[in-house]
Amino acid sequence: MKIPLIYNLRSLRQRPISTLTTALGMGLVVLVFIAMSALSRGFRAALTETGSGDNVIVLRTGADSELTSGLGRQTASTITSMPFVARGADGRPLASPEVYVLVSLQRLSSGEALVVARGINPEAFQVRKNVSIIAGRMIRPGTSEILIGKSIVDRFANTGIGQTISLANRDWTVVGHFAADGSSFESEIWGENEQFMPAFRGEVFQSLTFRLKDPAAFESVRQTLADDPRLPVDAHREYDFYANQSFQLTQIINIAAIFVAGIMAVGAIFGAINTMYAAVGARAPEIAVLLTLGFRPASVLFSFLFEALVIAFLGGLIGGLFSLPLNGIMTSTTNWQSMSEVAFAFRVTPDLLLRGVVFALVMGFIGGFFPARRAARQPVVEVARQI
Amino acid sequence: MKYVKLVWANLTRSKRRTILTTLSVAAALFLFVSLRSVITTLEDAKQVGSESRMVTRNSISIVFPLPEAYYTWLSAVPGVTSVSWACWFGGIYQDPKNFFPQFAIKADSYLPMYPEMVIPEDQRGQFMAERTAALVGKGLMERFGWRLGQNIQLRSSIYVPEQTWPFTIRAVYTPTDPSFGDELMFIHYEYLYENSGRWATPGWYVLQLDDPARAASVATVIDEHYKNSGASTRTETERAFQTSFITMYGNVGFLLNAIGMAVFFAILLVAANTMMMAARERTSEVAVLKTLGFSDRLLVGLVLAEAAVITVTGGLIGVFGAKLIFEGTEFQGAGFLPGFEVKWGTAVIGLLIAVLLGVVSGLVPAWQAARLPVAHTLRRVA
Repeated sequence: MKIPLIYNLRSLRQRPISTLTTALGMGLVVLVFIAMSALSRGFRAALTETGSGDNVIVLRTGADSELTSGLGRQTASTITSMPFVARGADGRPLASPEVYVLVSLQRLSSGEALVVARGINPEAFQVRKNVSIIAGRMIRPGTSEILIGKSIVDRFANTGIGQTISLANRDWTVVGHFAADGSSFESEIWGENEQFMPAFRGEVFQSLTFRLKDPAAFESVRQTLADDPRLPVDAHREYDFYANQSFQLTQIINIAAIFVAGIMAVGAIFGAINTMYAAVGARAPEIAVLLTLGFRPASVLFSFLFEALVIAFLGGLIGGLFSLPLNGIMTSTTNWQSMSEVAFAFRVTPDLLLRGVVFALVMGFIGGFFPARRAARQPVVEVARQI
Repeated sequence: MKYVKLVWANLTRSKRRTILTTLSVAAALFLFVSLRSVITTLEDAKQVGSESRMVTRNSISIVFPLPEAYYTWLSAVPGVTSVSWACWFGGIYQDPKNFFPQFAIKADSYLPMYPEMVIPEDQRGQFMAERTAALVGKGLMERFGWRLGQNIQLRSSIYVPEQTWPFTIRAVYTPTDPSFGDELMFIHYEYLYENSGRWATPGWYVLQLDDPARAASVATVIDEHYKNSGASTRTETERAFQTSFITMYGNVGFLLNAIGMAVFFAILLVAANTMMMAARERTSEVAVLKTLGFSDRLLVGLVLAEAAVITVTGGLIGVFGAKLIFEGTEFQGAGFLPGFEVKWGTAVIGLLIAVLLGVVSGLVPAWQAARLPVAHTLRRVA
């Protein structure tokens, strides 16, 4: 027969301080775990959402990032006119040759950052479906005007509309801000190709991104480009290209999260063991009575395990609750794989909260098992005599 | 001292509880010390660069090169005794995961400017005499199991990525200061220049000053001179240059401190809970002690002493465990944290935190013990 669960809930209420401190301790472990995971997910999301599965990014052969790439105008226009490039409503190819450079800017908070300055043509806004101007206006051709990604507005000086930023001995006027679904484009400065070329690296693009007419045909397109002797280029699926750039830092944060949360969990589990042994010890007479009444030892074991799991569940809830305000907080770092500044938001997702609760329950199970087993194995006669 | 026995008896009353609490404090302090050491290592990395060397780079950003022609003019700037340059090779050894930095240097002027690298005289000679020679840090040699004279192949993501670049390891350096890093590789700029279709140019110039006090004025002279040229410059001390790289990580310190605080509070809860449970079981004993004439102050002292023994023992295990483990494994954060160590200052802070944990966690039970109503409690006992 099972011992009613209400018995455990009531006994938890009997010692609220001990229950709450144990739950709170676990909650903090869960909080740290969720916070660090939210950091790595936010970073990863910023990069994966940069790329689209329908787009292809073309770089010079062997280049591992846009930074080390270079494409001549001839190469870019040859690829743009190829038949597998999708066309817009006006019949123009959906291809965006881009200049890509890193400029050194001082963060307003602290330290220096290498910010991406990307040269674009108007097609860039059609090729990248998720990019849109949210304030101000589009740059006019032939002028020293720039757009600022939403994430770096206010993180660097003079990013407001109408202000000017000095880059490469020229003053550039900010005429608009753009959003891109939280992707790393939001950490970039966009200006016109024809202005950025002479200002920075001369007559050369760094990458060409185009929309595929048939997204399923990527492999054959890649092969066609690789086989063309005129074109010293590598083609990558845009999504994979940016996702790969998040690999290193994501992995570092994940390892750190496991290290930190793992060691904290050991401490919290020891705490839970203490609490549960104390609970079992204080209720030895009650347990003896239960056993005498004919409750099976297995029922006693489950009953106390349940009690530990309730504490842990409480801890998981507390940790999840505390982590919610983190969601959306912006931070930034340098992605060493591309050397560039990436601003991104903590992402506390429902499945992450669930993982936090599961993590707490695992701690509760380990912490509760041995005390519960002791309760179940209690010698009835001896204890009953003490009563 | 006569109360030592009493405290000890109380500690050993529930050995399991005492041990588990001690270990959880140990785990917390281990973590705290590890996190703190990451912060101090990053702080130290800001101090690596010399104050008597300066770096001149392109003002747009470090990824933009400078013309080789600047060398002559820079050499003539008053206060500058020697000029050299270097650039980033961007090499990949077998797999991008095997990352380590490689610099192509103007070796005849570069090496004399860096006494931080200790190189055996014969090896230095061999490195200088051979164009394809490589100078490699001691740690890098161990990491890949390389030996002197070995040929290695690197691909560069910047220079002629279609081909591989062969190098012969001719010299190994040992850094005088671990934070300089022993996982760097140096190659000859001339070799890079000739085999990249004369495409390479200096990434940055290093200037040796005769007097560090002149740094600011030298920087102004140089940057003013190149202000309106095709490649304007930014000159700063090497230390400031290094610091700018560390700051590119963003606010790592804040993040680590926040985690440290969470660890502290989590374990404070565990320790405080234990002490309260211990006290609750002993209510009647405390009443008896009070009847025997133990003063409130003494009882508070006894409870606090008991808590402090647990947390300080845990602290010692955690702090010195961390120190021994990191020193034993020569942990360097996979090359990202050269010179990683648990400093004595960090160890002391860890132990102070352990003491603080003891005092705070003992506070509530100590206070309860002091204001326990004796008669009332004893009635229950009887």
